Amino acid sequence: MSAPPISLKATGRSRRRLFADRAAVGGAILAALIAVGMLAILVGSVLARAFHSLTWDFFTKGPAVFGQTGGGIAPALVGTLLLVLIAAAMAVPVGVLIAIFVSEFANRKVSAQIRLWLDVLNGFPSIVIGIFVFALIVKTKFLGIGHHQSVYAGSFALAIIMLPLVSRTTMEVLSLVPRELREASYALGVSKWRTVLSVVLPTSIGGIVTGTTLAVARAAGETAPLLFTCSIAGQLINWDPSISVASIPVTIFTYSESPDTALNGQAWAAAFVLIAFVLLTSMFARIMLERSRRKLGRV
Amino acid sequence: MEAASVAQPSVFRRTRHVVDRIGDNALFGLSGAAAALALLIIAAIIWKVADGAWPAIRHFGIAFVWHGAWNPVIGREAYGARNFIIGTLVTSFGALLIAAPLSIAIGLFLSELAPPAIRGPIGSLVEMLAAVPSVVVGLWGILVLGPFMRSNIEPFLHDYFGWIPIFGGPPSQSGVLIAIVVLTMMTIPIASSICRELFLGVPRDLKEAAVGLGATRWEMVRHVVVYNVRGGVVAGIILGLGRALGEAIAVTQVIGNSLGPFHISLFKTGNTLASQIAANYQGASTNLQVASLVYLALILLVITFIANLGAQRIVKRFELQRTGGS
Repeated sequence: MSAPPISLKATGRSRRRLFADRAAVGGAILAALIAVGMLAILVGSVLARAFHSLTWDFFTKGPAVFGQTGGGIAPALVGTLLLVLIAAAMAVPVGVLIAIFVSEFANRKVSAQIRLWLDVLNGFPSIVIGIFVFALIVKTKFLGIGHHQSVYAGSFALAIIMLPLVSRTTMEVLSLVPRELREASYALGVSKWRTVLSVVLPTSIGGIVTGTTLAVARAAGETAPLLFTCSIAGQLINWDPSISVASIPVTIFTYSESPDTALNGQAWAAAFVLIAFVLLTSMFARIMLERSRRKLGRV
Repeated sequence: MEAASVAQPSVFRRTRHVVDRIGDNALFGLSGAAAALALLIIAAIIWKVADGAWPAIRHFGIAFVWHGAWNPVIGREAYGARNFIIGTLVTSFGALLIAAPLSIAIGLFLSELAPPAIRGPIGSLVEMLAAVPSVVVGLWGILVLGPFMRSNIEPFLHDYFGWIPIFGGPPSQSGVLIAIVVLTMMTIPIASSICRELFLGVPRDLKEAAVGLGATRWEMVRHVVVYNVRGGVVAGIILGLGRALGEAIAVTQVIGNSLGPFHISLFKTGNTLASQIAANYQGASTNLQVASLVYLALILLVITFIANLGAQRIVKRFELQRTGGS
């Protein structure tokens, strides 16, 4: 009299639970595939369509005169370079100083408030920041400057967008600097400001560079803040920051809505330049951040 | 002679002491001023936007919010925000409806389900999607997604679900549905990386206890992982909503910028607060029209401000709870 064979096959309730489990895992994999697929389709579309328009002229010439073909985006390349450099020059010192204040001077309550408001600033729609700068220094004069669109106005708007990014990343890295390093410096009789300048900042320079790079990548692609502050532009390369210039995002924006397919092609090529710059810099920044995190974690 | 050689170091010490005191105070002052500047900028944004909108506020009052007209013809000027507010809410919540379940699933995949070797690469790919500038997403939306939706997706939806009013009407190349898809693409990376961080923070013992009691992976995820951080997940999704609410460029490229009342069919063109502002960057002629555009910006600012602050509060409470508990 042998016992009936025990089946290891799930039945009834167990079977339903097993299927629910499989379905959930399958769903999660599908969702991740959709996200990766979106990126692939986006980048693939840009690559495929940008190809024809990426010529030497495209990088060295201004837009074609009406009725002619060809032309390029050289003024916009120079414009974006100017805008982003000036914006970084405004945002990085202030952002790093805020991070120093939060990590070295402020008590917990104050630093929590500053963090909260920086996050709120980060959440402001970029078009509203454009409107703010427009109302402050484009529509009217402020402290004797402005009353028209300019690189300064555009850079100021971009700087406001960069500020929370630079400062939050720097804060994160400063908080990783080990207490022992600071204490060793104090034990040698070094004052606080010297400690910050010669111990804390050099240790966290990698993180500051990362935060700046991420912010530059974000600012280079922002269109909305520039529409009201720096969107009227001539056909020639301009290095003067007191007047308005062409920029890559605004060029893509206006060309994308054009019925002219040649201009659409130029928009794709400009998008390729922008996307290549943004993805490469943010990839570089992430690698740097990972490295400086690991380095600081080991000390 | 002897006294001088004794005094010398003390003079040095004193000058160094003075330099240090000045240095410490200067650094404190400078960095404090920078922090104050950031707060000042936030205050200035709110003040200047309210100030710029003042002529329109005085002219239309609060009725601007529910007034439906947008007529820039001089002499018969009338402006109201209703259509744009509805458009903003419809596109943002539509995007959220698609993005929320996907983001939670991606967060789970990246934190619990994926083999560790592919977590990193896929996580960075999802984050890269967030780095794609919105104008590029809009360019793709107007030239690739729009025609594709018109000839493939929208006829399909119309044929099978046309009895639902939102899928009624003829397919079109630009419209609300395309804006929703574009916004979905832009909210997924933000919401999913917040979800991943939250799920990674769930204590390992809790998960192991659930598995030890015989739960399947899905049951463990549903009843322990997601349940534990449900408030945070809501907050993360609201932060994604913040991006959708304020997105101007990509939406204005694909939505068609109609000035008429918001249509029940998602295939029709529409408009949002942000896209209406962006679409008029060159066209605003009269002072009242400019002020009305700034008024729209003020409404947008208030909406995103409330959404963001609410989400931040939830996240903060959540972190406190977690760090306080462990």
